[in-house]
Amino acid sequence: MKVIKKSPIKSTLSVLALALASSNTMAQDLSITVTNLTQGLYFTPVITAAHTSENHIFMSGEMASDELQAMAEGGSISGLSSILTNADANINENPAAGLLAPAMSASFDLTNDSTNTHLSLAAMILPSNDGFVGLDSWKIPEEAGTYTVFLNAYDAGTEANDELRGSGAPGEAGMPVPPPLDPLLGMNGTGVTDMESNDKVHIHRGSLGDSDMSAGISDINNSVQRWLNPVAKLTITVK
Amino acid sequence: MLIFNAQNKSTKKLAKPLFIAGLLTLGLTACNDNDNETPPPVDPPTEYSYSVTLTNLTYAQPLSPVAVSLHGDAKMWQVGEAASVALEKLAEGGDSADFIALENNLATATAEGPTLPGASVTVNISTMDPQATYLTVATMLVNTNDAFSGLTGVDISTLTLNQEKSWRLNVYDSGTEKNNEAAGTIPGPADGGVGYDSTRDDIDLVGYHSGVVSKDDGLPSSVLTQAHRFDNPAVKLTITRTK
Repeated sequence: MKVIKKSPIKSTLSVLALALASSNTMAQDLSITVTNLTQGLYFTPVITAAHTSENHIFMSGEMASDELQAMAEGGSISGLSSILTNADANINENPAAGLLAPAMSASFDLTNDSTNTHLSLAAMILPSNDGFVGLDSWKIPEEAGTYTVFLNAYDAGTEANDELRGSGAPGEAGMPVPPPLDPLLGMNGTGVTDMESNDKVHIHRGSLGDSDMSAGISDINNSVQRWLNPVAKLTITVK
Repeated sequence: MLIFNAQNKSTKKLAKPLFIAGLLTLGLTACNDNDNETPPPVDPPTEYSYSVTLTNLTYAQPLSPVAVSLHGDAKMWQVGEAASVALEKLAEGGDSADFIALENNLATATAEGPTLPGASVTVNISTMDPQATYLTVATMLVNTNDAFSGLTGVDISTLTLNQEKSWRLNVYDSGTEKNNEAAGTIPGPADGGVGYDSTRDDIDLVGYHSGVVSKDDGLPSSVLTQAHRFDNPAVKLTITRTK
């Protein structure tokens, strides 16, 4: 993960904020913008949370939870929201009020309790079987300023990447196809693979796609809906 | 929409001393409000010089002659906004003439030729303008429809003499031309086709590039081969303040 720090503020105010933050008695006010950097992927409703350093909504190399699987395969964030709520996290859900379209941004404010020092984010990427954009437990800086974090696409490891129109229900094959995607996807593909031999969360290997909108092996359009990492940018202003 | 958050920063380093000196000697007021007027020659003007080195990290994507500019607080492109025509010409055809000529540029420089894979180029740029503290660099990956790399509106006002700063840059897509990789549409040596075409038949929003597919990876109508594929980052950029 690449983290770029910009414009540290050296005012007495920020010194004061620092002193208070380091004494662990004060919440932080965060202003966050998530940008879909791609030109061909949609993000399902984004969930962002500040939580304790012990919490993770996913970890590379670990099996996905049922809640993560539901998000990665179908875009449902209710399960993740529940476990985060139970962990006393500070949560923002669905800042784009629906899909975050290609190249679009959504902004929101988040106030994190003093014990919720780490930030995580997840949203399914479409079209994909179980791909998601993720941030795993990024330490929120104590110093006021604006920080930029670039996010990669992960594979939940829970579903074969057949790249075919199908279901968003956990455990069911295929990709969910909400209305904006419907005219953009091909159909009648024969399927790229029916195997998912790496069942741990990993960096997504990317979609294969094909150039045939009515046949071929994939319903993904290879000249539009592939991607290179990073796929999202997170701009976090610590006030 | 091309310019974002354009504003004069009269508090940048040396801007204030110059301004005060102007007030004292000539009694001028508001002389700082106009970008196009150089401050009165009360002191020997301070020159700022930078050396910008760009390295092509790709396997087979020559980079068009790199365009470098210094300007006030503005961005020449932004993810989610439509590209300017000047950027479209650079991204589709590698032609930086209009991009360099954009009126908010306060100092400009271009490389004399393309930067081949594995090669580096250094461009020197100087300015007397204390407002010219934001950097933009742009170059096309010429074996593509409309891919470019660079950065824009980066504040370099805090660079001290001989200090350098580096970035590894990702690849943008200007969103102005479909990535069909078709014969006749790619200006680089892989095709020798048309560069700029005023028709906008893609998303018309700047975003990150999804990479080229090529005829070897499932796009039979592509003139590109596996060799033209690229990944992020594609460019390394280093700026050093030399004066």
